[in-house]
Amino acid sequence: MKTRILSLIAGSLFASGAANAASLEVKVTNLTQGIYFTPILVSAHTSDAMLFSTGEKASDALQAMAEGGSLDGLSEILTGISANTVTNPAGGLLAPVASTMATLETSDGNDRLSIVAMMLPTNDGFIGLNSWKIPSEAGTYHVYLNAYDAGTEANNELVVDGSGAPGTLGIPASPGEAPGTQGSGVTNTEANQMVHIHRGNLGDDEATGGKSDLHNTVHRWLNPVAKVTVTVK
Amino acid sequence: MKLSKFIIPLACLTLVACSDDDDPPANVVDPTPTPTEAMIKITATNLTHAQPLSPIGVALHKEGQFWQLGEAASDALEVLAEGGDNSGLLGLDVVQTKASTDSPLAPGAKAELMLSQDSLADQKLSVITMMVNTNDGFTGLNALDVSSMSVGEEMRFVTYAYDAGTEANTEASGTIPGPADGGEGFNAEREAINKVAMHPGVVGQDDGLSGSVLTSEHKFDNPLMAITITRMK
Repeated sequence: MKTRILSLIAGSLFASGAANAASLEVKVTNLTQGIYFTPILVSAHTSDAMLFSTGEKASDALQAMAEGGSLDGLSEILTGISANTVTNPAGGLLAPVASTMATLETSDGNDRLSIVAMMLPTNDGFIGLNSWKIPSEAGTYHVYLNAYDAGTEANNELVVDGSGAPGTLGIPASPGEAPGTQGSGVTNTEANQMVHIHRGNLGDDEATGGKSDLHNTVHRWLNPVAKVTVTVK
Repeated sequence: MKLSKFIIPLACLTLVACSDDDDPPANVVDPTPTPTEAMIKITATNLTHAQPLSPIGVALHKEGQFWQLGEAASDALEVLAEGGDNSGLLGLDVVQTKASTDSPLAPGAKAELMLSQDSLADQKLSVITMMVNTNDGFTGLNALDVSSMSVGEEMRFVTYAYDAGTEANTEASGTIPGPADGGEGFNAEREAINKVAMHPGVVGQDDGLSGSVLTSEHKFDNPLMAITITRMK
């Protein structure tokens, strides 16, 4: 039964000229000086799927990833559409200027590559590669990723334990240099509720108090924030 | 005007080549003269608002890299990134041909540099400069392969901002060598990070860093420079 379905799918893909299976090495490098990435999701999927769309609302699964780093929701969706997915290649956080490698065997038709991970410390910032067409020609390709804002949480920049749950205001963790405390909050509103380019952390220069719990000389960044090196074998 | 300047040296080259060639034309197998010398022109434009760039250094080399993301800066890179002195990098053993502008490149200004080499085979081009109103910020191109450039070919690039990770971005009085401060350049002491990363940008006193000598004037975003590389001969 299973075999029959697969061969049917393969047949229709060949008919439409879709790309064949490929063997990929995907290296992700954190380019920032002070931002950590939560477990990374690397997935090859069909061209009609997107993990996110700028200018549109985030899905619940994307929100859970962007606010708390959870890949459960996105993984479940990707399994449902027969994507080829690697989760957490770094085995935890990817530190500033560190790299990690994922190996991916893609099935016929899964010719788009997407990568996401939450950026810490942010409220709902994430790195994103969105349905990038995997080249059919063997070679090494470089792609630079920007920082996105899921638009689902106000960027108050306050570090609050347990705030990684969707809808709970706050930054769940600030690895690396210890964050400030007792900030009053940068803002309580999120005017743009669509996925958009992150405007960056503000931070302040006060260890206690101020608007933000983040440090303005440590927790800012400029795009791009990640480099992806894809080797098509 | 530009065209005539360009044609004259080419004509000279052809004449010289002909005068050296004693063989009758019938014996010439390949009518295309092999250039005995390669020359490339590098044009750099400072795209920032108010970050003068230290004298622009350019070099051709077959091996090595001026910097590696995630690795500690070399002493020569630290000297460049903290004080704008490119002599250490341009003096590296691997460098085969080098050139530098005499003075810093002002915001909005453009500089032209020429590099000549017997052949471009296996040659890589590096371009290096410091944003002088920063603690240890630099930009450039790192070991860009120019070996396959044909005569007349032009390549265009933009450069990103990097942080040498050798001096904390305090932006404090006395720590920045550029005109915004007139402070110290190179200091052998290294900050805890001690890894090259992408630059998080300057904060400045207008954006919440009260001890900063920088203002909103000195902020920058990627890209920092526009670079055009032209193979002249």
